[in-house]
Amino acid sequence: MPVVQVEGVRKSFGAVEVLKGIDLTVERGEVIAIIGRSGSGKSTLLRCINGLEGIQAGRIEVSGHKLDASGRGLRDLRKDVGIVFQSYNLFPHLRVGENIMLAPRVVLGVGKAEARQRAEEALAEVGLAERFEAWPDNLSGGQQQRVAIARSLAMKPKVMLFDEVTSALDPELTGEVLQTMERLAQHGMTMLLVTHEMAFARRVATQTIFMHQGKVWEVGPSERIFGAPQTPELRQFLGTGLK
Amino acid sequence: MIRTFSESEFLFIVSSARWTLLLTLLSLLLGGLLGFIVALARTSQLAPLRMLAAGWIGMIQGIPVLMLLFLSYYGLSMGGVDMPPIVAASVSMAIYASAYLGEIWRGSIQSVAWQQWEASAALAMSRAQQYRYVILPQAVRIAVAPTVGFIVQLVKNTSIVSIIGVVELARAGNLVNNATFAPFKVFGTVAAVYFIICWPISLLARRLEGKLNARRSG
Repeated sequence: MPVVQVEGVRKSFGAVEVLKGIDLTVERGEVIAIIGRSGSGKSTLLRCINGLEGIQAGRIEVSGHKLDASGRGLRDLRKDVGIVFQSYNLFPHLRVGENIMLAPRVVLGVGKAEARQRAEEALAEVGLAERFEAWPDNLSGGQQQRVAIARSLAMKPKVMLFDEVTSALDPELTGEVLQTMERLAQHGMTMLLVTHEMAFARRVATQTIFMHQGKVWEVGPSERIFGAPQTPELRQFLGTGLK
Repeated sequence: MIRTFSESEFLFIVSSARWTLLLTLLSLLLGGLLGFIVALARTSQLAPLRMLAAGWIGMIQGIPVLMLLFLSYYGLSMGGVDMPPIVAASVSMAIYASAYLGEIWRGSIQSVAWQQWEASAALAMSRAQQYRYVILPQAVRIAVAPTVGFIVQLVKNTSIVSIIGVVELARAGNLVNNATFAPFKVFGTVAAVYFIICWPISLLARRLEGKLNARRSG
C-alpha cells in the first residue's frame, strides 16, 4: 500500500485555481522531488498533504488516514506526516531539546525519558547531538533547519515533507541541510520535497515530478526527467533553471 | 474648627490606601480572568465569539468608568440589588479592566508569528495545546510591558470610586484636607502613597521583562 495517495485534488484560492486535479502516489522508501516554477502549485500541493491547506475536491490518503474536503481526521494524519518549512519555525521560547520533545510528549503522550531519548536520537541523526541545551536564536540558519528536521523526526512520521527548506540559506548552509536530507533518504525515510536544488533532486530523488500551471505536467525517474525531458515546458524550465 | 495635619491624619491617609490596594487587587483578579476569556474569544476561530468579544471591548471602552460605577451602584440598587459601595466599585473596575486587558492580550496573542501556529499545527497539536505550549508562553513576554502600564493606570483610576463613598486614598485625602486646609501636606502625602504603590510595580515589570528576554538567548 502506498504511503501517500493523492487523487484528483483541486484547490482554489478565491477565483484562482492553483491545483487542477492532481494525482500522485508515493511508495514506502521513495524520495520524490517536485520541481516547477514559482506559482505552479508545488508548495500548495505539499501543504494540502498535511492539511495546512484545505482542498475543494479530490482525496488525500496518508498511511491509511483519509483527508477530504470536510477536514476530519486531520490530527491523526498529521501524527504520521512531518513537514519542514522554508523559515524553520522553531519555538523560540524553548531550548533545542524542548523543541523536539514537546510534540511527542503532549501529542503522543510519550513519557519524559522516552521523549528525551527520541530527541537525542533525532538530533544525532541531523548531526547536532551536542546542541541539545542551545537556544534556537543562537544557532545558524542551517542548524535551525536541521533542528526543525529533528523535531519532525521525533514524531516518527511515515513520510516527511520538505517545502523549499534551503531557499533561505546561503550555499554553505544549504550544503549541510541537503546532506542531512540525503542521509535520511539513505536510512529509508519516505520523502516528498519541493525544491529548486536540481542537482540534489537528480541525485537523490527516485522520482521527479514537474508541475506546471497547477497540473502534474511530467513525471518519471529523476534520471529521465532531467536527462530526457519530454515536454517543451520542462525543457524550457530546465534550460533556464539548470546551468 | 480647623484641625492640624498631624500624625493621626497622616496615618488615616496611609491606612486608607488599603482600600485602594484591595480595589486594585480585586478588579485585577476579576478583570484579568474576564479579560483572558475576552482575549481568547477575540482570537477564536468562531466568528460569533470574536464578534461578541469585539462588541464587549468596544462597548466598555466607549463608556466612561464613572458611568459603569453609577450603573452598578445606583442602577442596580434601583433594581432592588443592594450592593455595598466597595462591591459595586470592584465590579465596575473589573468590567473596565476586562476590556482593556482583553484588548492588550489579544494584541499580544496576535503578535506571535503566524508560522508558530502552522508549525505547531503540523506537529498535530490541538488548538488548546497550541495555546498552552507555543502561543501563550510567547504572548506573555509581549504582554508584560503594556499590562503593567495598565495596572499602574488602574491603581490611579481607583480614585474615581470615592464618588460613591468608598474612602480610599484619594477620598481620605479630600476628607483630611477639608478638616485641615493643608492641601500641600495632604495631597503631597496622597501623591507619595500612590507613588510608593506604583513604583515597585514598574520596577518589577522591568526586571521580569529583562529576565524573560535573557532566558531566550541565554
